Amino acid sequence: MAKEVAKERSMILQKEMITGLFKELGNVKETGKKVVYTFVPGNISELILSFGMLPVYPEINALQSGMRKKSGDYIRDAEQHGHSEDVCTYVKCDVGMMLNGNIGPTGEKIPNPDLLLLSYTGCFTFLKWFETLERLYPGVPVALLHTPYQEAHKITPEMTAYMVKQLKEEVIPKMEKVSGNKYDEEKLKSLLRNSSKVEDYIVKIFDTTKNRPSPIDAYFAGVYYIGPINSGFRGTPEAVDYYGELYKELLVRIDKRLGPITPEGEMEEERFRLVVEGPPNWTHFREFWKLFYDMGAVIVASSYTKVGGVYDMGFRVNPDKPLESLAEYCMNCYTNLNLQQRVELLEKCIVDYHADGFLVNSIKSCNSFSAGQLMIMQQLERKLEIPTGFIESDLVDPRYFSYSNIKNRLESFFQMLEQRKMILTR
Amino acid sequence: METLKEIVARCEELAFDLSFKRAGEWKSEQTGRVVAGYMPVYFPREIIHAANGLAVGILGGGDKKLIIKGDAYYQSYICHMPRSIVELALDKHFDGFDGFIFPSICDVIRNLSGMFQLLGQGKFIKYLDLPQNFKQHIGGTFYRHELQTVLDEIYKLNGVEVTAERLNHSIGLFNLNRRLIRQLYQIRQEFPWRMTAADLYHVVRAGNVIPVEEHNEILARVLSLIAEEAGEPLDKIRVLVMGAFCEQPPAGLIRTIELAGCYIVEDDFLLGSRWIQGDIDTTSADPLEAITTAYLEKSTFSSSVYDVGNPKEARLLDLIRRRKVDGVIFAAPSFCDPALLDHPILQKECNDKKIRFISFLYSENTGQFKVIKEQVGTFSDSIKLWD
Repeated sequence: MAKEVAKERSMILQKEMITGLFKELGNVKETGKKVVYTFVPGNISELILSFGMLPVYPEINALQSGMRKKSGDYIRDAEQHGHSEDVCTYVKCDVGMMLNGNIGPTGEKIPNPDLLLLSYTGCFTFLKWFETLERLYPGVPVALLHTPYQEAHKITPEMTAYMVKQLKEEVIPKMEKVSGNKYDEEKLKSLLRNSSKVEDYIVKIFDTTKNRPSPIDAYFAGVYYIGPINSGFRGTPEAVDYYGELYKELLVRIDKRLGPITPEGEMEEERFRLVVEGPPNWTHFREFWKLFYDMGAVIVASSYTKVGGVYDMGFRVNPDKPLESLAEYCMNCYTNLNLQQRVELLEKCIVDYHADGFLVNSIKSCNSFSAGQLMIMQQLERKLEIPTGFIESDLVDPRYFSYSNIKNRLESFFQMLEQRKMILTR
Repeated sequence: METLKEIVARCEELAFDLSFKRAGEWKSEQTGRVVAGYMPVYFPREIIHAANGLAVGILGGGDKKLIIKGDAYYQSYICHMPRSIVELALDKHFDGFDGFIFPSICDVIRNLSGMFQLLGQGKFIKYLDLPQNFKQHIGGTFYRHELQTVLDEIYKLNGVEVTAERLNHSIGLFNLNRRLIRQLYQIRQEFPWRMTAADLYHVVRAGNVIPVEEHNEILARVLSLIAEEAGEPLDKIRVLVMGAFCEQPPAGLIRTIELAGCYIVEDDFLLGSRWIQGDIDTTSADPLEAITTAYLEKSTFSSSVYDVGNPKEARLLDLIRRRKVDGVIFAAPSFCDPALLDHPILQKECNDKKIRFISFLYSENTGQFKVIKEQVGTFSDSIKLWD
């Protein structure tokens, strides 16, 4: 441990991509490009990009504020403006950031939206969030895309038809009006072809954790890996290059039998393999991660990395059916799956990636993830007889990250895993 | 002939009967009857009625059920109602139910539908995705299909074909129900001393768990009783209580507000019973379409419906004006994202228009009202003294 951390080429590529996007956002006054605010789950960036517009993701802004230790103040400011302590802290962080000038991670002001694209997938609070934003940016048009929930374990033709009609009659006309460009299906198809390639890579990348040692941490590092596809680069050639490069690097790591890269260098000994359910805490991200790698725990799969799309079960966007495909992509996001589907997906991860334990990081702010997690845990425990652990934190509210509490619980969990291993070895 | 006091006592017993005795009796009176539970807020009960079924509103255990097992299913920061619903399910209170409907109002209720699936409750579980698109050929078509899937489930159980005639008849009964409730609210807003808000609450809530025909009789009787002058007006302010659209406040809290110097002349308790504003067409050859159209065009406002193009603050102001309200009490359940995220928007409007308001949180089993009584009392006094 504690080796010098060398930046891999994919890391440099990602940094360049994100910096470039924020630079582009900073220059919209000069370039005249229009800005669309939207969400990560069901982020139909290909459609936004096909109109030559730029996406902004309030959730990403919020998590970056959390990582930059700014979210605490933003949340406090939002609460002073009447927001309850009980509600989603992403919303409050975003409101607070807006009240403080909407300064992005690069120090530049994030431009105001020209369109609010409420692609409401798997999280009811998104709807409330955009009701708030609509009032903070009066006069900005809202395009609502309601994504039906996979309540019956499947996507029905009626669900797809409902979404396609919304795309055709609500979303696309508003995008045409705001951007001044006509809908170009060929351009969209070409972007979707790239997305399909990226989705293939993503599956392969997260599948590398089948190796021992796992070359990646599919949660803490995983959130960086899903960064490009969830922050505006769906459908771009840059995304294809990035994921191609990342996959190549991972093949080398597998070949050399190297463990995951952590903020303190390569993890040398893989002691525990875990599957994690729930988003991470962003305000203490490094400390949180360290609690795991210090104990030799690597996350071999996480539900959070599927929040912007689930590709493990075979779904890929189909460029030949662009709008149907966008609809199905939205409906396939993790939190849009019903509880039983979530249990099945997690079960598959635990089995396929040979996990020693299952851990829930329950997020105070996120009912979409959290409500039902205890039952998910119970189901997996019963079905697979796997040790389960439970910790609680929040997305971006530092008041809800209790280091010692989490550490105590994790230490007990790891002790349990250790003892189980000893028993199984005997 | 029952007095108002007796009717209210009967309704209170029915409303909080967690064994759902009347629904069970109704079902056993005839073969082929189906009982389907539905969660807040709104579900078009007409369609179940037309299929020889009874739609029973499930509003949690309130303050009548001790929660032990339910707490093991939810983290501390999830609202209270789902844990009491799980407790009721695990304690077999829903054993006579054939199925459950979960209207899409929030993530917690959505995921509760999955928990019911995993718990193996009932013969069918339907998460009813209410459209957020209000165009007939987009959201309307989708919603109609959603309703049809509910009917298909009931058909599988009892084989009852829902004809236009049957459905139009059911719509007529529920139109009458809504009309009677509207009239009750109208009288109460003019003469709030004739019947307390808690009594009205019990009378309306009883309708969630008994056949609509029986409820209509109760409502008609109550109306005739309060049509005549009774009691004396007191020096109280007129308030609108808002935020309780799903998890219900304990009746003690409603009483406390009125005891602390207020007349509640408008509220969003039991909003589902008043969701459709006006009548649904009973003469259509396609009554399912009529129900769909009513949802798209006649829905009231609620924290669970996106309000683009129809801002909730404007509708709140309209309600305040129509009900001649002196102040607003924002009372929402703890950890309720939809209600609590509305509050800054609505409270800003109140501030801008100089409408007095207070806010506090509750849960369905809140048992201590002293602090709330003091807060509401001060609010009432301040309006009486200074406005």
